Amino acid sequence: MKEFNLPDQAPSIASVTDRVRPVAIGAPVTAVHFLGDKAVFIGAEETATLVAAGGETSTVVLHGGAILCSSSDGKRIVSGGDDGKVVALDANGAVSVVATDAKRRWIDNVALHPDGAVAWSAGKTAYVRGAKGEDKFFEVPSTVGGLAFAPKGMRLAIAHYNGVTLWFPNMAANAEFLEWAGSHLGVIFSPDNRFLVTAMHEPALHGWRLADARHMRMSGYPGRVRSLSWGIGGKALATSGADSVIMWPFASKDGPMGKEPAMLAPLKAKVTMVACHPKQEILAAGYSDGTVLMVRLGDGAEILVRRNGSPPVLALAWNAKGTMLAFADEDGAAGLLTL
Amino acid sequence: MSETTAHKIPVTVLTGYLGAGKTTLLNRILSENHGKKYAVIVNEFGEIGIDNDLIIGADEEVFEMNNGCVCCTVRGDLVRILGGLMKRKGKFDAIIVETTGLADPAPVAQTFFVDEDVMASSRLDAVVTVADAKWLSHRLKDAPEAKNQIAFADVIVLNKTDLVTPAELNEVEARIRAINPYAKLHRTERCQVALADVLERGAFDLDRVLEIEPEFLDSSDDHDHDHHGHDHHHDHDHGLKHYHDEDMQSLSLRSDKPVDPHKFMPWLQQLIAAEGGKILRSKGILAFSGDDDRYVFQGVHMMLEGDHQRAWKDGEARESRLVFIGRELPEQAIRDGFAQTIAA
Repeated sequence: MKEFNLPDQAPSIASVTDRVRPVAIGAPVTAVHFLGDKAVFIGAEETATLVAAGGETSTVVLHGGAILCSSSDGKRIVSGGDDGKVVALDANGAVSVVATDAKRRWIDNVALHPDGAVAWSAGKTAYVRGAKGEDKFFEVPSTVGGLAFAPKGMRLAIAHYNGVTLWFPNMAANAEFLEWAGSHLGVIFSPDNRFLVTAMHEPALHGWRLADARHMRMSGYPGRVRSLSWGIGGKALATSGADSVIMWPFASKDGPMGKEPAMLAPLKAKVTMVACHPKQEILAAGYSDGTVLMVRLGDGAEILVRRNGSPPVLALAWNAKGTMLAFADEDGAAGLLTL
Repeated sequence: MSETTAHKIPVTVLTGYLGAGKTTLLNRILSENHGKKYAVIVNEFGEIGIDNDLIIGADEEVFEMNNGCVCCTVRGDLVRILGGLMKRKGKFDAIIVETTGLADPAPVAQTFFVDEDVMASSRLDAVVTVADAKWLSHRLKDAPEAKNQIAFADVIVLNKTDLVTPAELNEVEARIRAINPYAKLHRTERCQVALADVLERGAFDLDRVLEIEPEFLDSSDDHDHDHHGHDHHHDHDHGLKHYHDEDMQSLSLRSDKPVDPHKFMPWLQQLIAAEGGKILRSKGILAFSGDDDRYVFQGVHMMLEGDHQRAWKDGEARESRLVFIGRELPEQAIRDGFAQTIAA
């Protein structure tokens, strides 16, 4: 397809592009997390680049090959690689190996619990390293597609083919199984612990109300949904996968059932990343044409953070205070915006 | 498709019944001095005698697509592994997927038709089937998997030819041709085939769909079945017996009259929807009425892709050709249906 220039990026749109500090990572980036006020760009292979608010950068080696997954709780980042290692990185740039797979299998997913527990998966097996250092594992019927800890209690959601298994690593009780046909590739709990949502291999989300396992089907996307972010204190779920940000309402007890999603910030490009502001009713969205926008949820007003004309935005995150936004495209052209 | 395929990583699917010699071929590909680096997705670790951190174990997890079509299966593990491998693009030139001896190649191939990430980063190059000259004839009788692998192949490496007599070799080749007359066939000992004959074939490239002439049939015998006294056991000039496989066949259709696209497309889609479970592979070049471009299509079961390819050249015969390879094909219904799409 031919390149096109968007008419809506004319002077009419407010722009903060001149306030973005550009950062050249120099290699493909697949995620960004904040450790305090340091943005940490996760490379596709081997390294992470820490960028301080003042722009000082340092690079650390995480893995001996591809970095397949990463997750952060704001205090540390845990990543999994095709070298079979689970690695933790702290804000000082110290790297430690959490675990090494005995068969050097790929570590496909990682998740962090607020109390310090770490979960990861290799093949069909999910592992949990408790805060006290004890290891437990659980095998599901097919390869793990995604992991998420519940916001309360010690409960791990393991997404796989044909559903999600809810495992309680500290209890002898049987795991719960939430069934839905198809391949589930990502999983997320709502912050209030009432809903569980998966991103499927097909372009759709599936959800369950945890109290009664009632199904919620969220479909209509032209492309697979890769990025999910809770906004407004968990009352709405922003998603990628369409040419606008699709935002599902979760405020009522029925979640989005029977309701239309809000569609924000449409462009002639696909939304690749979404990140809701941690405190205000604002979200950031990254697009397949390299655009980054900030969008006010109430009225859809947009502020341009980065112009189009580059590879897809694959990394986007706010710091915990909501004062900094970091982004990067597929080729490692990154930026840091301080509000 | 051809404009965008250049930067996509080619993926060769290596299949073949147990003991046919897949690992021998794989070891040759990995050890030969060709200046290329291959990432290899295997099922049996340890059989590969080459140390390479780009050898990845797979689980052959076959998933049904959530679209109500039971034959639309994909390899879920392949989606995941290719996604991970693409983080290391630049470290290898091509990918080889080895299937187990009992695997159906269809889910692997279909993964390249339906997964958006896989389609964006890689392209299916060819299905290469290694066959055992000594045992294949037996396996074609007792193992449906072996027959699938032959039917699906773009390239067949007929291996272990040193273990059979010339007559036995002709016999097994004829049995292969009864199922799939379109694949390139190479007779080998210890898989000694030129790697250029198995890699970078572009067999799924729409621009090469035109290469659908059967390998051993003379152009005078175009398998058109216009002559109804067709004898399934007559000998051809090349000395191969002409067998008829009981349940797996290929079907070739031709027309030198223009085809009506408004009739053809619905017919093809309806045929694929109704019989796609039986049709393993389909290919075609169409001369549509009122259209100066060649239209080409190819399919795997119910997955079809097609496009206008290029203008017909001056003096080029505007002939439409279709090929179906499948199980218990309703031949007469397909012939009659196609005949109805000829422009009036």
